[in-house]
Amino acid sequence: MHIPDGFIDGKTAATTVVLSALGVGLALRQVRRRLPPRRVPLLGLAAAFLFAAQMVNFPVAGGTSGHLVGGVLVAALLGPSAAIVVLTTVLIVQCFLFADGGVLALGANIFNMAILGAAGGYGIYRLVCAGLPGMRGRVAAIAFSAWCSTVLGSISCAGQLAWSGTVAWPAGFTAMATVHILIGIGEGLISALAFLAIQRMRPDLVNESSGPGQPGVWGEFARYGLLAALGVAVFVVPFACPWPDGLESVAAKLGFEHKATEPVLAAPASGYRVPGVHWAAGATAMAGAAGVVVVFVLALVLARSLVPEPEAHGRSNKP
Amino acid sequence: MIDHWVGHHHSRLESPMFRLPAALKLGAALVIIVGTVVARPWWVGWFVGAALLLAVTVVLSRIPPLFLLKRLAWLSPLVLSVALVNAVQPAARGSWVVVAVKSTICLLTVTVVANTTPFSKILRVLRRIRVPDLLITTIALMHRYLFVLAEEAERMRRARASRTFTRRRRARWQTLSTVVGQLFVRASERAERIYDAMCARGWK
Repeated sequence: MHIPDGFIDGKTAATTVVLSALGVGLALRQVRRRLPPRRVPLLGLAAAFLFAAQMVNFPVAGGTSGHLVGGVLVAALLGPSAAIVVLTTVLIVQCFLFADGGVLALGANIFNMAILGAAGGYGIYRLVCAGLPGMRGRVAAIAFSAWCSTVLGSISCAGQLAWSGTVAWPAGFTAMATVHILIGIGEGLISALAFLAIQRMRPDLVNESSGPGQPGVWGEFARYGLLAALGVAVFVVPFACPWPDGLESVAAKLGFEHKATEPVLAAPASGYRVPGVHWAAGATAMAGAAGVVVVFVLALVLARSLVPEPEAHGRSNKP
Repeated sequence: MIDHWVGHHHSRLESPMFRLPAALKLGAALVIIVGTVVARPWWVGWFVGAALLLAVTVVLSRIPPLFLLKRLAWLSPLVLSVALVNAVQPAARGSWVVVAVKSTICLLTVTVVANTTPFSKILRVLRRIRVPDLLITTIALMHRYLFVLAEEAERMRRARASRTFTRRRRARWQTLSTVVGQLFVRASERAERIYDAMCARGWK
């Protein structure tokens, strides 16, 4: 999901840089204010950990392999602001040291993986946690929100590529979403299993700063949620909205109407939106919703099979 | 495996590029990248000029060309997939060539600068342009322990591979994530030791 330079154009780069700078600035302020000094080195080490963990590949269907992004895992362990700082650091070092992900695309990558991925995913995690108490609920929440964050990031990435005119939305969206729905399952599985492994080895690490009882995290999260929503409104909604007029007027405003006058798609994907745009968009949304429900149920089943007893008996606290 | 990632052992090379001030190199790289990204497809002169400048710096920097080629090969799946998607839509045919040229120029620029500039000097430039201290501390710590943890991960992977013989799928996922979890525990234990060491040396 690391976008290289040259794949997104000037206006997309500028917009994402502004959004990410705001998000990272907020996160840094929050971390400086709240993080106890003895946990400052942990940020750097967590970043190094993510980098090393990203080298561990897991198999995805069809012989390809994906790797962990780890945004939700780090957010669940350290909180959303620290997770944004950690992921931003990872992306900056990958960009400058290994040329993995572009310099001007850094804003877009930070937005997709840190702000939308880690902080957005964390919001989903807390929502599920609020509904499902206990360790079982937390494991299910991590698996589900890690999947969501992967898919959300990929959709936002497709939106940025479409806004830049690099890859048209229907094709880009279909390709990115399909691949990341699969990769997201691996991400969710590994995040949940790794969280449980950490909980078993060092329960204090899991409960210290991110326990569901932590006050004030909602206010913290609301600002990132606002930023993420703003970005999604800019990158995704103009393309995904079901009204063709809206799409065309946005296209005209942005000055690439000449592309829209020609058929955007040839035969392979024409069934996707030609006959009735309302219906097709509705069908996609329905399929998406069904998929989300299925993954949520899978996450619940996973948590149920991994966490043996509800902790009313206090058993899961034993190392 | 880590050698594959580490480009910057070339930064020990003595070369004229290496001796240039870091701020100059970073500034020039930023100009080239911004110019290339905003360039319209028909600004052929800009692309040719940037490519020539890059060719000269590659020769001056004495980075092994094979290394650069390997690095460029990473980009190819992305460019290929854009080409593939564009092939189905007549409106945008040919735009993938522009994407390929732009991303190649930018990637080479970053790679050349990264391999001729020590990371500590890049950090010093970042500090001079007022990047927040907390972020710089985090970046510096990550860079310092990146290779330590990557090697630790590799050792753990090898140890597991030589001890667990199961081919069962479930066990494989369990193994992978135990390695990830263990890695996090070791990282945070190391962070605690580092904090004590930093305090002992009068940090803050």
